Amino acid sequence: MIKALQALALFCALTLSAPALAQDSTAETPADEAAQAAPAEMGPIQTLLQQHAADLAKPSRRTIQPVIDALAGSGLEGMQQVLQVWEAREMYQRESDGWFFKGEKGPDRTIILTDFDSGEALEPVPSGEVDNLKPNSGVRGLIASALVRFQLLDPNAARRQDALTAISRNPDASHLEPLAASIDEEPSPALKAQKQRLLTLLTISFGADEDARIAAIESVAGDLNVDTRATLNPLVATTLKAAEGEPTGNIARTLRPGSEELPRNAAYDMAAAAADLPARIEPSDRRNALQANIADGAVGGVPLSELNTIEARERAYAALVEAGTVAPAPTEAEIDAALARFTFYEEYAEPSPFVTEAANAALRSIDTKVGLNTTLDLGLDALSLASIYFLAAIGLAITFGVMGVINMAHGEFIMMGAYTGYVVQQMIPNHTVSIIVAIPLAFAVTFAAGVAMERLVIRWLYNRPLETLLATFGISIALQQLAKNIFGTQARPLTAPGWLDGQWQINEIVGISMIRVAIFVLAIVFLLFFLFLMKKTRLGLETRAVTQNPRMAASMGINPGRVNMLTFGLGSGIAGIAGVAIGLYAKVTSELGADYIVQSFMTVVVGGVGNIWGTLLGAGMIGSLQKGIEWLNPSNTLAAQTYMIIFIIIFIQFRPRGIIALKGRAAGD
Amino acid sequence: MKNRSFIARNPSILVFLACLGLFTVAVTIASEGFGLGLISTSFVKTLGKTLCLCLVAVAMDLIWGYCGILSLGHFAFFGLGGYMIGMWLMYERTRLIVTESMAAQQIPPTPQEVIDSIGTQIFGVVGSSEFPLIWSFAHSLTLQLILVVAVPGLLALVFGWLAFRSRVTGVYLSILTQAMTLALALYLFQNDSGLRGNNGLSGLQNLPGVTASQDVVSIWFLWASALALGLGYLLAAFVVSGKFGSVIRGIRDNEARVRFLGYSVETYKLAMFTLTACIAGIAGALYYPQAGIINPAEIAPIASIYLAVWVAIGGRGRLYGAVIGAALVSLVSTYFTGGQAPDIPLGFYTISWVDWWTVLLGLTFVLVTLFAPKGIGGLFDLVTARLPSNRHGADYGPDAGAKREEEGQ
Amino acid sequence: MSTLLEVNGISVTFDGYKAIRNLSFNIGEAELRAIIGPNGAGKTTFMDIVTGKTKPDEGKVIWGEMSRNLVGMNEAKIAQAGIGRKFQKPTVFEDQSVRENLTMALQNKRGWSSVLFWKPSKADQNRVVELAAEIGLSGELERTSGELSHGQKQWLEIGMLLAQEPRLLLVDEPAAGMTLAEREHTTDILKEAAKTRAVVVVEHDMEFVRRLECKVTVLHEGSVLAEGSLDHVTSNPEVIEVYLGR
Repeated sequence: MIKALQALALFCALTLSAPALAQDSTAETPADEAAQAAPAEMGPIQTLLQQHAADLAKPSRRTIQPVIDALAGSGLEGMQQVLQVWEAREMYQRESDGWFFKGEKGPDRTIILTDFDSGEALEPVPSGEVDNLKPNSGVRGLIASALVRFQLLDPNAARRQDALTAISRNPDASHLEPLAASIDEEPSPALKAQKQRLLTLLTISFGADEDARIAAIESVAGDLNVDTRATLNPLVATTLKAAEGEPTGNIARTLRPGSEELPRNAAYDMAAAAADLPARIEPSDRRNALQANIADGAVGGVPLSELNTIEARERAYAALVEAGTVAPAPTEAEIDAALARFTFYEEYAEPSPFVTEAANAALRSIDTKVGLNTTLDLGLDALSLASIYFLAAIGLAITFGVMGVINMAHGEFIMMGAYTGYVVQQMIPNHTVSIIVAIPLAFAVTFAAGVAMERLVIRWLYNRPLETLLATFGISIALQQLAKNIFGTQARPLTAPGWLDGQWQINEIVGISMIRVAIFVLAIVFLLFFLFLMKKTRLGLETRAVTQNPRMAASMGINPGRVNMLTFGLGSGIAGIAGVAIGLYAKVTSELGADYIVQSFMTVVVGGVGNIWGTLLGAGMIGSLQKGIEWLNPSNTLAAQTYMIIFIIIFIQFRPRGIIALKGRAAGD
Repeated sequence: MKNRSFIARNPSILVFLACLGLFTVAVTIASEGFGLGLISTSFVKTLGKTLCLCLVAVAMDLIWGYCGILSLGHFAFFGLGGYMIGMWLMYERTRLIVTESMAAQQIPPTPQEVIDSIGTQIFGVVGSSEFPLIWSFAHSLTLQLILVVAVPGLLALVFGWLAFRSRVTGVYLSILTQAMTLALALYLFQNDSGLRGNNGLSGLQNLPGVTASQDVVSIWFLWASALALGLGYLLAAFVVSGKFGSVIRGIRDNEARVRFLGYSVETYKLAMFTLTACIAGIAGALYYPQAGIINPAEIAPIASIYLAVWVAIGGRGRLYGAVIGAALVSLVSTYFTGGQAPDIPLGFYTISWVDWWTVLLGLTFVLVTLFAPKGIGGLFDLVTARLPSNRHGADYGPDAGAKREEEGQ
Repeated sequence: MSTLLEVNGISVTFDGYKAIRNLSFNIGEAELRAIIGPNGAGKTTFMDIVTGKTKPDEGKVIWGEMSRNLVGMNEAKIAQAGIGRKFQKPTVFEDQSVRENLTMALQNKRGWSSVLFWKPSKADQNRVVELAAEIGLSGELERTSGELSHGQKQWLEIGMLLAQEPRLLLVDEPAAGMTLAEREHTTDILKEAAKTRAVVVVEHDMEFVRRLECKVTVLHEGSVLAEGSLDHVTSNPEVIEVYLGR
């Protein structure tokens, strides 16, 4: 408490005494003499400003730097404020005498001017009598970096933070010295660390001493921050050059013309530019040149009808060159000869090979670390994709595993769940509440739909899996079209509650969106729920009995019809909940389910029928496979799916009954 | 067993061929190109396309109705056939146009210039001008015609070999074929697949070098389609008659038993799968020049499922059933989804057929599966009064694709 | 009597349950053999192994003069080598006529192309008629086999096996569900068949086995318990214990 009071008092004292101090300290400066010559009130700041009046009024980015340096280096106490005012476009010049002031808009199109030296406000003047100085953004950038040296020592921590941000955004050699000087006096440990880091980066880029630079580079090896890489990358940036004979300079590597990185034509163009060789001519240009010089049914003595080969055209063109009608162009053979004479190489912009080598080593170590983290990130992505497939497939696995029924309408149950969520959200505007309501409601709706479908259709087709497949497909297309008729073809949003927005960022590279985390949690909840249901409840026991031997189960008093009905309802209900989850991160359309159905089938088939762990493994495998292939071929997600399906077809060769398969006679044929 | 020819043993073949012939003649007489002009050219094309769909339905019936394999991939083979002929049509037509425009220039083009120019014309839409490797044969009609059969056949052979040798059966096989179809469609959707991505191949209705009007060309295609359907039907009828037919029906009803009789079930399945894929390819090669355009959406898995729907509605396990199903459902679908059917105003809501036809089709399909497994073809049994065998609710075999008791009655 | 089939030390395990353990025995040419044993003794599994349906974990099945090992061959190859099998439940192609069923089973080339262009010769047609007479289905040739009675289907299946002209016939419970008269007929068919080939009959019914008048092998828990004439094995105390319980 006492400390705070002391700080406050100190602060007040500083601010109050600032103008007085300014006057005291400037009394002895040489500028004082200039002030004498000027009208009486002209203070030292105004004097200095007047010396650069012309540049201040019409600043340009290229010429203003010395002016800024002069102002910032003057050592005048009020100069920081002047620069700030200038940068903020609040500086005005009085037309009558050319004086500079800080200005504020007053009432009735007037401007209230404040004198820089005295800090006194003058009478408002009409805005027509003053000019507002509006430096462009380039100039303002320069002013800002000049301000930095003041801000680095500013008593206000937020200001110092701003200064550091400004430096890192616009690093410059001039910051190196003030930054280094400010570190020792920095009271805040956090800011001190930041300053040190920034100093390292600045040393890397602008340090004068090579050893210091290399040391700085080595100290950042393995640093994942983006600005570290942004600092290192320019050091190893190269330019492609062509030279006759041995090249000089800090050379990264030499290139072979005709390779993929350096096509033959591009290489020749470079060589031609470097050694003033005749420019290459495109086949179409050569053709046009010939076209323009047709005479008597021939060009350069070659008859038109023969001009349908490259050789004949080169011959005709050579004749034209000889006649002097067209500019000479190299033939293919000449191009080859020229290319053989030249060396094509990439040269570092940085002259010191030691620095570039250290930078390359540091970047390599960073790349390794980035690679590891990217793999981790990819793993998280794969995990979340796998949870989605798991959610989408678990219902299918139940119905297929327990009843041997392929439900082609499963995707439409997912869609139904998503639309239920959408409808609920239309009625309950609070997103959190609506999601909490939507999940059980989606379960109820799709459970009912599933039971109805089982009773009306599937019951009559048991042991006819192919017919079931087709009948449920009929239901699937009917439901899909029905959804289109009701909700239209455009995508409907299902908005996640606010607390599910955003990312869970682990470091610069590894991050995962909260919705995906939620879906992952949901998948685990379902896994546990399903395990509990199957292992600990009566229904689970009966279901397992019916799966293994329906006839025996029936003779023991289990009603297989009831079990099948409930199982089917359960599988459909879970599809509904999966629909809500999928709808949260994808748009809800009538094709939502169809997009997932094939992957769901694959999950079940790959995992093996009748085992929840199989489904889990299947989902994990398909999810990571898809992410892995996408990573290998990031530009093309369509191809990724193609390759994945091909992989699955091959996988089925080795495990026709999935990862976890029933064995022995029970599996049947 | 009497050694009569298989046609004599199956009089329905003659009836079918006669009907097909009469239909073709009738359409020709009523067409704009050759006769009275009662039928518009676009409808002639629809009829021609329908004949192709009937042919692919016959192939589907062979593989599903007779061999018990519910393939959800035959429309992919159909589409591949279309792509193969489309490549030649597009290449040759572009070549003619390019050569013609280049002939006007004074300096004759080099062969490379011609090819580059064709490439730019064809692949400009996908931002390329290079010919992909798969177009190597596009300049030759003969080779592309061979590919019409060879590409679907080879794909079926490789896929079938992989699937059958690992004894994937029943719904597993259906899902696997569906996955294959999806993989193919997704692959073709890419721009760098070499087949113009989702633009597909277009302008196929214009036969290169043919100056006759579409009125005439449509009739040619109708004849070709009718001929192909007739020959395909004959081939299918020949295959399912006799001992080979016995074996594949045996595979449908009880695969294990056929195996213990010493027949290599996998080889038979593979032969059937490949044969039907080839037939589907031919049907596609005739269909898409009439449709004018082919793109990857045509191959999407849903098309193959519709194919199964046609066969099921027509009645599987009888060839004329497949033809009737495909013709009826596709024509009725065209009628309803084409916007020609009048809307039904209910006062509070107007039923628009474009929107509701699919719902109706889906439900019809469920009802047919449940209550009329013999499909429309079953109506013919009322006439011929086939003897039913009372099976007390059991199917004809233990396998998933086996014939159902209701189908036999 | 030379050996036609030699089962040598085969074992098979289903999910930890040893269905067959180190089973070995021989069957000669033109021999009629009955295999009996309580439920779970491995009778059907033994047939599955011989016909290639199940792959044994270890052991060999040696076949014929060439001493070929059948383990690892597929079902169709084994059937073509001359082993016919009749299942417990009658499995005929119920959608097809008796004639078609028999024709399909006839000893002809099995390749798909030769089958596609196959035309029945006079001899083939006579053979079908002959077989039908043998199994008592002469009048039913054109009937759909799904319409036949249970016993008729069993005979049809045996007829199909005979049409295959196998050198070894494996018959799984042929008498199940038959009337007394049908059983007698079945016995006659089997005994007749065993004159020219080896026939192995798996059966529960002792009366039926007695009527076959042949050597009997008793299986128990996947291995051979006793072998000999029926009277010999039924007097074996171990067999009595297994059958009557301890």
